[in-house]
Amino acid sequence: MVSAPAAISSDSQTTTRMSAGNITFFPPQPASPASDGPGSESRAPGLIEIAGLDFYYGEKKALDGINLSIEANRVTAFIGPSGCGKSTLLRCLNRMNDLIEDAGIRRGSIKIGGADINARGVDPIELRKRIGMVFQKSNPFPKSIYENIAYGLRIQGFKNKAEIDSRVEASLRNAALWNEVNDRLHDNALGLSGGQQQRLCIARALAVEPQVILMDEPCSALDPIATAKIEELIHELKKRYTIIIVTHSMQQAARVSDRTAFFYLGRLVEYGGTRAIFMNPSNPQTEAYVSGRFG
Amino acid sequence: MKRFYDTELETFRSQLILMGEKAIERVWLAMRSLAEADTALANQVIAGDDEIDRLEVAIDDEAMRYMNLRAPVATELRLVIVGMKASHDLERVGDEATGIAKRALRLACEPPPGPALTGEIASLAQMAVIGREMLRDALGCLLENENKDTALAVIRRDKEVDRLNKQLHRALTVHAAANPGNINCAIELMFISKSLERIADHATNIAEEMVYLTQARDIRHTGEHKKTGGD
Repeated sequence: MVSAPAAISSDSQTTTRMSAGNITFFPPQPASPASDGPGSESRAPGLIEIAGLDFYYGEKKALDGINLSIEANRVTAFIGPSGCGKSTLLRCLNRMNDLIEDAGIRRGSIKIGGADINARGVDPIELRKRIGMVFQKSNPFPKSIYENIAYGLRIQGFKNKAEIDSRVEASLRNAALWNEVNDRLHDNALGLSGGQQQRLCIARALAVEPQVILMDEPCSALDPIATAKIEELIHELKKRYTIIIVTHSMQQAARVSDRTAFFYLGRLVEYGGTRAIFMNPSNPQTEAYVSGRFG
Repeated sequence: MKRFYDTELETFRSQLILMGEKAIERVWLAMRSLAEADTALANQVIAGDDEIDRLEVAIDDEAMRYMNLRAPVATELRLVIVGMKASHDLERVGDEATGIAKRALRLACEPPPGPALTGEIASLAQMAVIGREMLRDALGCLLENENKDTALAVIRRDKEVDRLNKQLHRALTVHAAANPGNINCAIELMFISKSLERIADHATNIAEEMVYLTQARDIRHTGEHKKTGGD
């Protein structure tokens, strides 16, 4: 059986497609992350380029002509009211929507590192290793903390125990969880707190060294302390990863993201530096939404 | 969509406008007490300073509460920030009015300046009129959020008050040298002129704050108002 540890979805294990062949998806990233701060209007070349994207659930158009360029080593927040299409777009980026019957892209393209992720010959399992995902509800495997991370590595072909041990530790450290669990690595992961489970899921995604991490409301089920730890982690992780986060918390989007995209009724209404979106949005709909006046 | 706390911001805005009206009124009364040598009116202006001070504290308190509990963004955040800064400027305008009233009391005990200073006193009145208009126009932006040109026009008028202040200082210096018996009067008038010049400066600050409120642009120390005309 083929699995998709980075995507953290049992369903995705059934979506074997053609091999990626020799398509190069992910050219080397810039040596150092752009760090001109949240809200900066300077633009690095887009790692992810979305052009004219239409997405349908059956005959219902969920995304309408989305054009978006997402920069490497930045945190990009997708915001908007429920049903606006932000999670659908997020799932398009690692082809999680392939798992939904009668749903799909009918127009437009998504390129990551210059390569079309929906092109024939692209293996979605390989794609999801590179585009990790963390969900609203933490979903660790009902196994030990150690196994939650080692499992994906073994699937990837790692056999040397010392190397697996080393990667498990590095992933847990990168997810800021090592100090809390290093003395109980073989305890069941389900015994961890909600916030620890969510960080374990992030560690699991990091173990296969993705380039992009998608987060779909990762803190909505967490208390303020656990939320603060995840936000701190996001801030650290952006030095090495490109992060896209869907959130309903305006304050979270303002705190953690460098750029913010506001969606409404399947359309991208406004996209810009987070500071500009929250200090002086150019679209009245954006201002109404971030001010809590929407509806 | 209306939120249950929308009225809080409207009250905040109203308080700021009220404080502005009070400050303008006090400058005007102080100048009247000077012109009419009305010591009772001057004392009334001095006693009324507490009211302006209390409004400043109340506005600051409400701004802090609103930021803490309502987490404003965009225009609302700018309104709260501008409200705090403008209330500080208005409190200083109130202080200048008190200063003018105190000098009016002293001048009431001095011999009348005589016809030689008629022109200078007229200049003071002109500065007070301009300062009042500047304050009114700047605060008017709170009522008409879109009127960015009004704020820029206020900023340009500051030069006019500066020019009158310098002119007055020169004339009063000459007068004091020529009339040593009238030197106290000349010095008090110089200080009043300086107070009016500072009131125009505060009106300018408020106008710059209104540009930030309405356009999210910080034009302080940029000379930007000059780009759109004027001196």
